Amino acid sequence: MTNESAHETGYSGADERGYFGPYGGAFVPETVVPALEELSRAFSEAMADPLFVEAYSTLLRDYVGRPSALYRADRLAAAVGLGAVYLKREDLNHTGAHKINNTLGQCLLAKRMGKQRVIAETGAGQHGVATATAAALLDLECVVFMGTEDIRRQSLNVYKMGLLGAEVVPVDDGTGTLADAVTAAMRHWVERVEDTFYVLGSALGPHPYPTIVREFQKMIGSESIAQLAERGVARPDAVVACVGGGSNAIGTFYPFLMHYGRDELPLLVGAEAAGKGIDSPLTGASIALGDPGVMHGFFSYLLQDERGNPLEAYSISAGLDYPGIGPEHAYLHDEGLVRYVPVTDSEAVAAFSQLCTLEGIIPAIESSHALALLPALAAELGPAAIVLLTVSGRGDKDIDIVKEAGL
Amino acid sequence: MAQGLKRGFSYGRPALVAYLMAGYPDRERSLAAVRAVAAAGADVIELGVPYGDALADGPTIVRAANEAMNANDGGFGLADTIELAAEFLAAPGVTEAPPVALMTYYNPMLRLGLAQTSELARRAGVSGFIVPDLPPDAAGEWLSASEGLDTVFLAAPTSTPERLAKVGEMSTGFVYCVSTTGITGERADLPALLADTVARVKSFTALPVAVGFGVSTPAHARAVAGLADGVVVGSAIVKRQHDLADLTEFVSELARAVRTP
Repeated sequence: MTNESAHETGYSGADERGYFGPYGGAFVPETVVPALEELSRAFSEAMADPLFVEAYSTLLRDYVGRPSALYRADRLAAAVGLGAVYLKREDLNHTGAHKINNTLGQCLLAKRMGKQRVIAETGAGQHGVATATAAALLDLECVVFMGTEDIRRQSLNVYKMGLLGAEVVPVDDGTGTLADAVTAAMRHWVERVEDTFYVLGSALGPHPYPTIVREFQKMIGSESIAQLAERGVARPDAVVACVGGGSNAIGTFYPFLMHYGRDELPLLVGAEAAGKGIDSPLTGASIALGDPGVMHGFFSYLLQDERGNPLEAYSISAGLDYPGIGPEHAYLHDEGLVRYVPVTDSEAVAAFSQLCTLEGIIPAIESSHALALLPALAAELGPAAIVLLTVSGRGDKDIDIVKEAGL
Repeated sequence: MAQGLKRGFSYGRPALVAYLMAGYPDRERSLAAVRAVAAAGADVIELGVPYGDALADGPTIVRAANEAMNANDGGFGLADTIELAAEFLAAPGVTEAPPVALMTYYNPMLRLGLAQTSELARRAGVSGFIVPDLPPDAAGEWLSASEGLDTVFLAAPTSTPERLAKVGEMSTGFVYCVSTTGITGERADLPALLADTVARVKSFTALPVAVGFGVSTPAHARAVAGLADGVVVGSAIVKRQHDLADLTEFVSELARAVRTP
């Protein structure tokens, strides 16, 4: 039945060369092409190996604490005017965000491929901490590239990575944020490709990364479908997640795309970072404002200047200030299967505050972008509507930022 | 107008391929630098297009690219580089201009439009393109838009035989053999396995094979000239690009080195 329904949505993921429609691909230096080919093979073999799948599921259950809770947030629902809001609590995972789902999968894969050393890029630091954590657990050497501005904004996570035994390499190029960290990590990977596994943190980069990351995040959506069914919800009216590169969002949306036919597909909504607003230069809204182009090895919507240079993205959130978006999201946007909506810093900060005071949950500022869409969804879908929303991470790391923003 | 890159390799001796960053330190001085390098004996000119996300480049080239983008009013990119090439090729300052290849990342080409890029380059007399983030697998669209232009693909020490066959088969002009894993930039020593790498690449193609990445001194150039059909020098030249006298002397030494292996 799943296959039949998936066929109805016309949705099938990437082709064998890693293209989602026109998006994706692998635009990388030849030096790493063989490594990407090796990674594709190793990933397929691992996913077909019951021992690998078992090892991964066991860690997800016993170490991460999966399945993560699905919590019905009634005070929030009443405040925004919805029938029900179900929060998928990725913030309750070990290390406090969805990132650990993917890093455990990739680090297990690194181990299986015989690599002793992993590298990662990080923006908010969540992926860096999650990679350092998985590396500590699996006895891998770990190096994390992080922009100097993000190091300033996220000092707690920097300290944590050190405690976990990882080396943090400051990246001073460009704005010293996520995009610069990705570039630095990729350059380093070209140098050390033979003994190093690159643990990419979002559903972007050259093929097969967007697919690997989605496969290691899709339990968010599949657990949600099952947990909603247990509560008697066969189909939520809308499903919401924040989108930077888009890993928690694709992990949330993908199972819905595979499970429901196009006619019964819930409204899928991705909240992208508008920063100070989409009419301002200080923004990260690549779907709203970008044009298709190639950056970091893949073809997708990209904030770029007239000569094709990537523009600096801005957001209050260090996890969303990326000038591109994962290629699968670009395709889902073009196909009209997911709606992407820009959310400003101040809307996100207000939503952050609301979840704290109404539900006693301190969400990540990234996740707060998704929360900020609830009132508009209530207005559109009516007071009986049921919404599933992924709280991608917890907000401890953002305390200084929201303080600065006036909370 | 356009002449193939292969002509640079037709002198019965190893060729010197000199990389310069277009627009650095500014447009006029980069044009003077190209002329100086041609006069000093470069057999092929590789003009780098300033780009903000140079995945395959090290600090010297990244810094020069950033300066080029900042020093020229309104920035400096692919179209500007093509115009610069046209101006050089129209008045090279030597009897016969060496063929010019543009080294650019793929996104500036997409932004300008592949057909437009190809048309402008052909009209300018540019001979070919080297696109470090466009491996053969991803190059279909460009190859069908770029008739009359050479496209040089890169072979790496990590390339499998299947990939080397593809690189050899799909390249035109020459094959660019990356000396070592890693990004562009000067290095103290050439990689120990370079001879093997070059031999492997050569066994898959009848085209000339030029070696680049890390070739930093005349001594390196001489050693590489003993192994390959061409020697690409980038960062070590760009580092001297702001000083014409120093640049001329250095490139003359490189030219002598490749001629006397």
